Amino acid sequence: MNPAPMVALVGNPNAGKSALFNALTGARQKVGNYPGVTVERKAGRMSLPDGRPIELVDLPGTYSLEPASPDEQVTRDVVLGKQSGERLPSALVIVIDATNLDNHLRFALQLIGLGLPVVVALNMVDMAARDGLTIDAARLAKELGVPVIPTVAVRRRGVEELKAALSEKLIGEGATRIAAGPGIVDEDIVVLQRRARKIALATTTEEHGARRWSHRIDAIALHPVMGPALLAIILFVMFQAVFAWAQTPMDAITALFDQIGKWVDTVLPAGFLRSLLSEGVIKGTGAVIVFLPQILILFFFILLLEATGYMVRAAFMMDRVMARVGLSGRAFIPLLSSFACAVPGIMATRTIDDPKDRLTTILIAPLTTCSARLPVYTLIIGACIPARQVLPGIGLQGLVLFGLYVLGVCGALLAALVLRRTVTKGPSHGFMMEMPKYQLPSIRDVALGLWTRCLIFLKRAGTIILASNVILWVLASYPVAPAGQKQTEYSIAGHIASAIEVVVKPIGFNHNIALALPPAMAAREVAVSALATTYAIDAGDNEDATDQALSGRLSKDWPLPTALAFLMWFVFAPQCLSTIAVTRRETNGWKWPAFMVSYLFVLAYVAAGATFWIATWAGL
Amino acid sequence: MRLDQLPLNRPAKVSAIAWDEMAQTTAKRLRELGFDEGVTVEAVHVAPFGKDPIACRVGRMTVALRRAQAQQISVEAIAA
Repeated sequence: MNPAPMVALVGNPNAGKSALFNALTGARQKVGNYPGVTVERKAGRMSLPDGRPIELVDLPGTYSLEPASPDEQVTRDVVLGKQSGERLPSALVIVIDATNLDNHLRFALQLIGLGLPVVVALNMVDMAARDGLTIDAARLAKELGVPVIPTVAVRRRGVEELKAALSEKLIGEGATRIAAGPGIVDEDIVVLQRRARKIALATTTEEHGARRWSHRIDAIALHPVMGPALLAIILFVMFQAVFAWAQTPMDAITALFDQIGKWVDTVLPAGFLRSLLSEGVIKGTGAVIVFLPQILILFFFILLLEATGYMVRAAFMMDRVMARVGLSGRAFIPLLSSFACAVPGIMATRTIDDPKDRLTTILIAPLTTCSARLPVYTLIIGACIPARQVLPGIGLQGLVLFGLYVLGVCGALLAALVLRRTVTKGPSHGFMMEMPKYQLPSIRDVALGLWTRCLIFLKRAGTIILASNVILWVLASYPVAPAGQKQTEYSIAGHIASAIEVVVKPIGFNHNIALALPPAMAAREVAVSALATTYAIDAGDNEDATDQALSGRLSKDWPLPTALAFLMWFVFAPQCLSTIAVTRRETNGWKWPAFMVSYLFVLAYVAAGATFWIATWAGL
Repeated sequence: MRLDQLPLNRPAKVSAIAWDEMAQTTAKRLRELGFDEGVTVEAVHVAPFGKDPIACRVGRMTVALRRAQAQQISVEAIAA
């Protein structure tokens, strides 16, 4: 079989590459990783106007082909045909930002110099017009010697023309050029830059008096007083929305799983299969899937902040604060993403140039409260903290939740401070970053991003989480306890838990918590389903308790100091295999994940213990 | 005058950059972000806490950098 020709999408960061990739390929995307390096490989299928299929690969955005970071290395190797696991591209689509020709043309010139067939997408021409810039695309094409197609990727404009131009290139010179093989034109970056500037000047007409929108917005967004206030408001609204907006869909999902459970109970005869399905599979998985709306809302905000360009402004404002603990503003972006999930957060640290900065950020990322902790927090707070008003409009439950988030942030900053002075000691390399223009993101791009997240979560719920639930259920159900003995103590899982209980008893944990801890290693939210499963099994002995909600049982079963200690444990404990796995991948070995897991466990044990004993002593 | 001393919204020309005094990666990033002798720069914003970092306009790009780096860039005011 003759594989479809591969075309690579290349360009500077902030050129709108991803939006163009979405516009060209639609939802037919595959996200993977290049072998041996921590660089994401995003590929998709598109068809040319004549129906020929093309494999489009979105290369990491870089400023040049000089390899300083893994991203740049991959981009360089792919366009040179040296990347293992990747063919030499049959053509390149170079994406340049019409509002920033000076800078983007430099990289474009370097890429054109390789000698591969090239089509240039002159992107964001609408923004250029808004800024009072007119670019002569025909003149630019003549200067560069390659076709130039004006596009607005987020609005899907110019996409068909781009495909047509690409189609022509692939018929015309495709095969013949590759035989020669590309070679880097060894030109100095400064020389290229000066040439780029000259071309930009010759092809751009600037209308005077046009005000730059981004500059106007920044006058407010970066204002000494309004700027931080705006950031605080945005973060507040974000976390508020996670709770307020999610309530209705969450109730609907709970109702749905209840219905499925009841249906299974009526259809199947009582016995092994019915218990496994209704107690192990449906109750367990339902307890986790219920949090999908919260996770999606959180990701929605993160995606929006990134796509609009605000995220970099937040990093800019926070740089000084991060510098206090030895990090830079760049670390703020991965850390904020970690509120959604530490895995993409840790992956986002790839944009941090300084290796020590990056390592520190990876090590502290699990301390920011990820969305998987929410299910645990919500359950325990709902069950054990009274729904009392502290001040008008401010409830005690909300306050405790807020406190847990603050604790996570303080823990992360404190850990960074200590790490930067001990294990990751080294000079600071400062902070240098392009501040992209503000942009109205397309709903389609945000929806596509959310859809990817949704699939990843459901896949996790369907695999890791489901598997740990079933295993736990089996271990907790067998051997069947004789009358008068508790099932959760008599079973295999019960015996394992009894061994763990010895270690965690001093910090106030009971038998059922000990039972939930090992499966929660797979993913934090499993703690909720594990508790749901164990209590469901115990309730099986006692028929009238079956209908009682999990939170009702917990509130009867757990004294307040235990509940608080359990919450504290979840603030610090490294309970997530995916995080450990991604840390191993990003740090290239087991040394740092092992270190991370140990320091977090010690922190969690000490914090939970201290909380338990202080709360007991205070008579709570 | 140095870039960190440049008042806001006053365009100036870069007269010299102390390339030899900075780490190689820093120099590379600065060049990639468009810093070069002879280009026009303008400080446009300062961060709210401690007035550090600063945001500068270089060409058509806005670039954030810390004062420590801005100190290594010498500028000359453009006669209005």
